[in-house]
Amino acid sequence: MSDPLLPPQRKDPLKMLHLGHTPPRLRSRAAKAMAVRAGQGRFVLQVCADCQTATYPPRDRCPQCWGELRWTDQPQDAVLLAETVVRATTDSFFRGHLPWRIGTVQFCSGLTAIAHLHGDVATGDAVKMRLVLDRGGNPAFFALPAKETPNMQDDPQLRVFTAAPKHRRILVTDGRSRLGQEVALALLNAGAGTVFLGNADRLMRFDGMDRMLATPRIDMVPLDMTDSRSCQELAGLIGGRVDVIVNTASHVRPGGVSQGSRLSTLQTAMEVNVAGLMRLAQSFGPAMAGRSDDGVNSAAAFVDVNSVYGMTGKQGFVGFAASAAARLALVAGLRGEMAAAGIRVTSVLCGPVDDEWHQTVPSPKVAPARIAKAVVQVLEQGLEEIYVGDVAEDVAQRWLKDPLLATREENQ
Amino acid sequence: MSRLPQSYEGVAVCCPVTVPYVRFSPESAHWWAGAALQALAAHTGLRPAGIDGFCFASFSAVPDTVVGMVQHLGLCPRWMDHIPTGGASGVMALRRAARAVQAGDAELVVCLAADTNHVDSFRQTLAGFSRFSQDAMYPYGFGGPNATFALMTDHFMRAYGVGRESFAKICMAQRANALSNPHALMKRPLSFDEYMSSRAICDPVHLLDCVMPCAGAEAFIVTTPEKAEAMGLKAVSIKATIERHNAFASDPIQTRGGWAQDVDRLWAAARCEPEDMDMIQFYDDYPVIVAMQMEDLGFCRKGEVAAFIERHDFTIAGTLPLNTNGGQLSAGQAGAAGGFQNITEALRQLLHCPLGAQIPQARRALVSGFGLVNYDRGVCTGAVVLEGPVSHE
Repeated sequence: MSDPLLPPQRKDPLKMLHLGHTPPRLRSRAAKAMAVRAGQGRFVLQVCADCQTATYPPRDRCPQCWGELRWTDQPQDAVLLAETVVRATTDSFFRGHLPWRIGTVQFCSGLTAIAHLHGDVATGDAVKMRLVLDRGGNPAFFALPAKETPNMQDDPQLRVFTAAPKHRRILVTDGRSRLGQEVALALLNAGAGTVFLGNADRLMRFDGMDRMLATPRIDMVPLDMTDSRSCQELAGLIGGRVDVIVNTASHVRPGGVSQGSRLSTLQTAMEVNVAGLMRLAQSFGPAMAGRSDDGVNSAAAFVDVNSVYGMTGKQGFVGFAASAAARLALVAGLRGEMAAAGIRVTSVLCGPVDDEWHQTVPSPKVAPARIAKAVVQVLEQGLEEIYVGDVAEDVAQRWLKDPLLATREENQ
Repeated sequence: MSRLPQSYEGVAVCCPVTVPYVRFSPESAHWWAGAALQALAAHTGLRPAGIDGFCFASFSAVPDTVVGMVQHLGLCPRWMDHIPTGGASGVMALRRAARAVQAGDAELVVCLAADTNHVDSFRQTLAGFSRFSQDAMYPYGFGGPNATFALMTDHFMRAYGVGRESFAKICMAQRANALSNPHALMKRPLSFDEYMSSRAICDPVHLLDCVMPCAGAEAFIVTTPEKAEAMGLKAVSIKATIERHNAFASDPIQTRGGWAQDVDRLWAAARCEPEDMDMIQFYDDYPVIVAMQMEDLGFCRKGEVAAFIERHDFTIAGTLPLNTNGGQLSAGQAGAAGGFQNITEALRQLLHCPLGAQIPQARRALVSGFGLVNYDRGVCTGAVVLEGPVSHE
């Protein structure tokens, strides 16, 4: 069993913090392709399109017949053959995390791989493998116990690969919406230390306000995403204590391009959904980047709850879809910047949300509570992208297979 | 067994040179290579025009290969080769040079390995070492080769019931041998307790299982017996060689090297037995590899190495002298020169011009190479049986 993770001590403000190094980042193009799939929570190896042989480490041709390789989902069962404890290293990141356990695992296909080890696995054990992303956004194998053990998630090596909410301080940007409130409650349930919950207009009441104010460990904070000064002022107050940001801000209105359209719908969506994201990243990003290896409550992740229609566009919600597309591009850029600092950047992509702005949209729609569950999941598993609900999964699957076809289908 | 290779008749190996190692050097690999040529010139009077073949190995000469080195050092060879295989580079250079000389493509080949060691060289070398290690090994704790060999050692010890005591005996004998070598970086005797209590680096690999990276250069000459005689150089002959890469790729963890695939051919071609060797100069980046070679090169059966080590004394005066200059474990590992130093040491013992103590009546030596842990195991292996001139006494 792992020792339960204790709430961290208050940090000494006079002490120099432990800088946010990242593990070695140089990788082949094939390893980067593996990272993309790791970010989606898949467990993949390359399999030869001709002879069906699986291979590892990432290659560019099959070592049996020189055929082309395809990333293919694989069983996660393996056996631990050998282990060691690294006690000396020249790498700045791992120096801060020694001793570090690694081992050689063998998959049922006979392939072997080096893997990071959970504290509860030992040589000879059957293990359950996960493909995770390290702090620098690169793929890594992690060997977990075959069956859940007490406090398994609290293992210090495992925690390096996740942004688990436990004991972390989390800013949820839009506390006035049902979605923001559900996310806040789910994060508290998952062990978050504090949730700072943004409120864009302190003079106006909102549904759920009394409950939020009455919930311990929720701290309502002023945050207007359309106002740069508001973002900077909040960052000045709590920027050094925010470990995770979950951006739930979203301005959704129906409308077309040439018909039933209002330019102001597009402009407001861009102001809230796109410029707001950038204001948030500008205000909080630098402080988070410096704190990515700062103990139990280190800065860990930036989660953007966005629409899957950013990938395809959406008839009837064109302005909103355009803002979602812009937001995806910003998130991709932010991910690249933050990888160097050790902060995970994640998109939670939803279909139509079951709220007042989607009354005309037929079911299925995704419930805010379901999205909140996905937010907790991406943090606990360290994912980069997840599609939430039946519609989002369907759109994403069609898009991954044939992006132009999916785009045509969503706009007819 | 397929056809045995042709003999190495008409090939003479001579003039071993070691440029004394230093722990850190601000100089370049080119500087160290030049120092080795200068030392060869001091023994032979060779000038650039006298060298018509050049075989080069280095990690730290980047961005240069043998091409850059030839121009840098003013050579004009009609045959050259670059051997990027680290610990296997010495045996491989010797094999290639021997065939070039035998075929008449070159008359005098200088085989040379040189590497520098700047203060931050080790980390930088590791960071870009190979694609597989960069993708799938070093990001796992970044223990470098220590971690890779720790996994192999862990498995080897469990599979064959080998204890750290066996490794202690190898390391202590090599240290005893190093004490007579004035160039060895390790200058103090090593006790059993000191070995056993040295701090863990990557369990079960402890500090005294690891080589010390350093700067240095090694070189020797491969030529014809006639040319060697004309130059007044005593020479050693090659009895047999083997080489193998990426052997036993489906073994989940390396417990044997490519030697095991070719060992019968080696002894058949050499027309002698392991018992006929007066010394073994084994590649020794970690003691587990020395133990593995004792099995794979035919000195004992797989799984019996602990008893074999127990039976033998590996010091210069012992029953089976091993790494008589101290090996890399006690003399230092000068990058690719670590794959050459056991050849130059064997040559010196066979020519009876040692750096330190001499093995009495040394006539035959087995030298091995093991190189390039590209990912989870050493990929390149080789071995050579050398025989010295008949009379020295």
